[in-house]
Amino acid sequence: MVSYRRERLDRGIKARCNGIFALSSYREILYLLLPRAIPVVFLLILPLLKGVVGLYWEKVLVITCIIAFLSLSWDLLASVGLVSLGQALFFGIGAYFVAFLDNTLGWPPLFTIPLATLTGAFFSAFLLSPIVRLRGIYFAMITLALPLLFARIIEATGILGGTEGLTGLSPLPNIWIEFYMPIIGLIVCLFGFRRLINTDYGVVLQGLRDSDRTVMAGGINIYWYKIQVVFISALAGTFIGAFSTHYYQFVGMSAFAIDLSILPLTSAILGGVGTFAGATLGAFILVPMSEIFRAFGTLRVVFYCIILVVFVVALPEGIFHYLQRKYHQFERVVTVGTKE
Amino acid sequence: MVLSILIYGGLNSIILALIALGFSLTIGISGVANLAHGGFYVFAGLLTWMLFDSLGLPYFIAILLSVVATGLLGALMYWVVLLRVRGIVLSEVIATLAIGIAILEFFRWKGFVHYYGLPYFVEGSIEIAGVTIDYHRLSIIGIGLLLMFLLWLFTHHTKIGLAFRAIAQEEYTSLSFGIKSDWIAMLGVAFGSALAAIAAITILPLGTISIGVGYEVLLIAMAVAVVGGLGSTLGTLVASLILGYAQVITATFLARHWMMVVYLVAIIVVLAIKPSGLLGKFKELEERV
Repeated sequence: MVSYRRERLDRGIKARCNGIFALSSYREILYLLLPRAIPVVFLLILPLLKGVVGLYWEKVLVITCIIAFLSLSWDLLASVGLVSLGQALFFGIGAYFVAFLDNTLGWPPLFTIPLATLTGAFFSAFLLSPIVRLRGIYFAMITLALPLLFARIIEATGILGGTEGLTGLSPLPNIWIEFYMPIIGLIVCLFGFRRLINTDYGVVLQGLRDSDRTVMAGGINIYWYKIQVVFISALAGTFIGAFSTHYYQFVGMSAFAIDLSILPLTSAILGGVGTFAGATLGAFILVPMSEIFRAFGTLRVVFYCIILVVFVVALPEGIFHYLQRKYHQFERVVTVGTKE
Repeated sequence: MVLSILIYGGLNSIILALIALGFSLTIGISGVANLAHGGFYVFAGLLTWMLFDSLGLPYFIAILLSVVATGLLGALMYWVVLLRVRGIVLSEVIATLAIGIAILEFFRWKGFVHYYGLPYFVEGSIEIAGVTIDYHRLSIIGIGLLLMFLLWLFTHHTKIGLAFRAIAQEEYTSLSFGIKSDWIAMLGVAFGSALAAIAAITILPLGTISIGVGYEVLLIAMAVAVVGGLGSTLGTLVASLILGYAQVITATFLARHWMMVVYLVAIIVVLAIKPSGLLGKFKELEERV
C-alpha cells in the first residue's frame, strides 16, 4: 500500500537568507528585497500616472489607503489580543478633532493634522483605558457600540455640526500632498508596525495575545502595555481620519459609520491576520473591487460579510500567508508507507 | 408626571428586557455573543409582515411561523458556521456580526427601507389614574413578564433547561453526564433567535420596521447584557429596569434624542467600576478581565 502526501520544504535561499550574515549574492539580496520594494515603488509611482489612470482611480487609491490604514490599526490591536469591531472610532475621533481645530481656530491643515493625530490618539487611549482590561467578546462588543454611540451623541447634542456635519473646511495645499500624504504614511506605518512587532517590545505584545497571564507573571503591567498599543494603533486611525477630513473638506456622522469598521476588518481577514502586509493587501484587493461593483449599492456590504464568514470559517489563513508560503517554500510529493 | 414616568419607565424597561433576553440567553449558554441579534429581529419583523400582508395568512399563524423560522435560522447559523469556529472568540464574533449585517443590508438592498408597520394585538386604550396607555402596551408588559417567568421555569424545572445551565456552568462535567454540548449550544442559539423574533413581533407594532432598528436593537441588547452582567437573567432584568427608567427620566427632563446617550454612560460607568456587570456570574479574572 503506497500513499502519497505533499511535503513542504523551505527553499535553500530562504534558509540562507534567514541569517543576516549570509547575503552573498545579488540573487539573495533581491530575493529579500523585491517583495518589499515592488509594492513600495508601485505605490510611489501610481500618483505620477494620473494622466494615464485617470483622476477617478487616483481617488480610489486614496480611499484604499484610508481603509488600509484602518486595517493596519486593527491588525496591531488584534496582535495584542484586542479584537476591535469599531475601527471607525479612531477614524471619527481624528476626523472630528481636526475639524474642530480647523473650524474654530483656523490653523493650516499641515499643522492641524499632526496635532489632531496626537491629541486624538491620546483621547482614544484615555477613552479605552478602562476597557483594555476586558478581553475577547467583551472588548469586541464595547468597541462595536462606541462609534455608534458617538454618532448618536453628536446627533443628540448637535455639537460640531450635528447631523449635517461641518462643511467648507480648508483643503490641503496641493494635489501632490493629497496623494503622497496617505501613501507615504501608509508605507511608514506598514513597515513601522512590522518592525515594531519584531522588537523586544513587540515580543511582549505578542505575549499579551498568546497568554497575558504569563506576561503578568513576568512582572509586566499588561494594562499599561495594552494602553500603549491602543495609543499606537489609534495614531494610525486618527491620522487617516484627520487626513480624510481635510481631503473631503467635510466631516459628518458618517465618520463613525459601521462601513468604516467592517471594511478594514474584512480587509485584514481577507489578507491574513498578524502580518500587517496581509491587511494592506486585503485593502488593495477589496476597495478597488468594491469600486468596480459600485452599481450594486448596499449589496456590496452583503458581499463583504459573505467574504468575512467564508474566510473566518474556511480559510482563516488569508491570502498573504498563502503567498508567503508559496514564495518561501516548495512542495513535492513524497511516498508514505511501505510497499508490501 | 410621576405616575407617567413610573408607567412608561416600566414599559420601557420591559421592552429593553425583551430585546436583551434572547441575547443574554445565548451568551449565557453557548458562550456565543450572537451579534446577529439585530438582524434576526428585523428578519422576524419583516417575515411576519410579509406572511401577514402579502400572503394573507391569519396574524397568529404568521407570528408562529416567523418565530419558528427565526429559531431555525439561528440553529442553521450555529450548525453551518459557528460549530466550525467554536471556542475561537475572534471568529465567532466576526462571523455572527457579519451574518447580522448581511441580513440587514440585504433587506436594505431589496428596498425594505420604506416604513412598514405591524398591527397591534388589541386596539383601544385605557386610562389609569390620569395616564393613558393603550392595550397593546399593556400586553407588552404582560408578555414580557410572562416570558421571563416561563424562561425561569424552563431553565430551572425542565430537563433541557437544566442541561442549558449545566453547559453554561461546566461544559466538560456536563459532557460526562451525557449532555451533548454542541446540540445544547445549538438549541441555545435557536432559542435566543426565537426570543428575538418574539421581541420583534411584540415591540415592532409600536413603531415602524426599518433597517436602523436592527442596529439599535443590537446596541440595546449589548448595553443591557454588559450592564447586567452576561449570562445572568436576573441581571438582565435589573439592568433593563435601571436603563429603562434612566431613559424615560432623561427623555422627560432633557430631550428624546438623549435617550441613546444613557447607554454609553451606563456602559462606561459599569465597566470602569465593576467590569463583570451588576450581577455577573462569571469570575472576573477568568472570564472577562
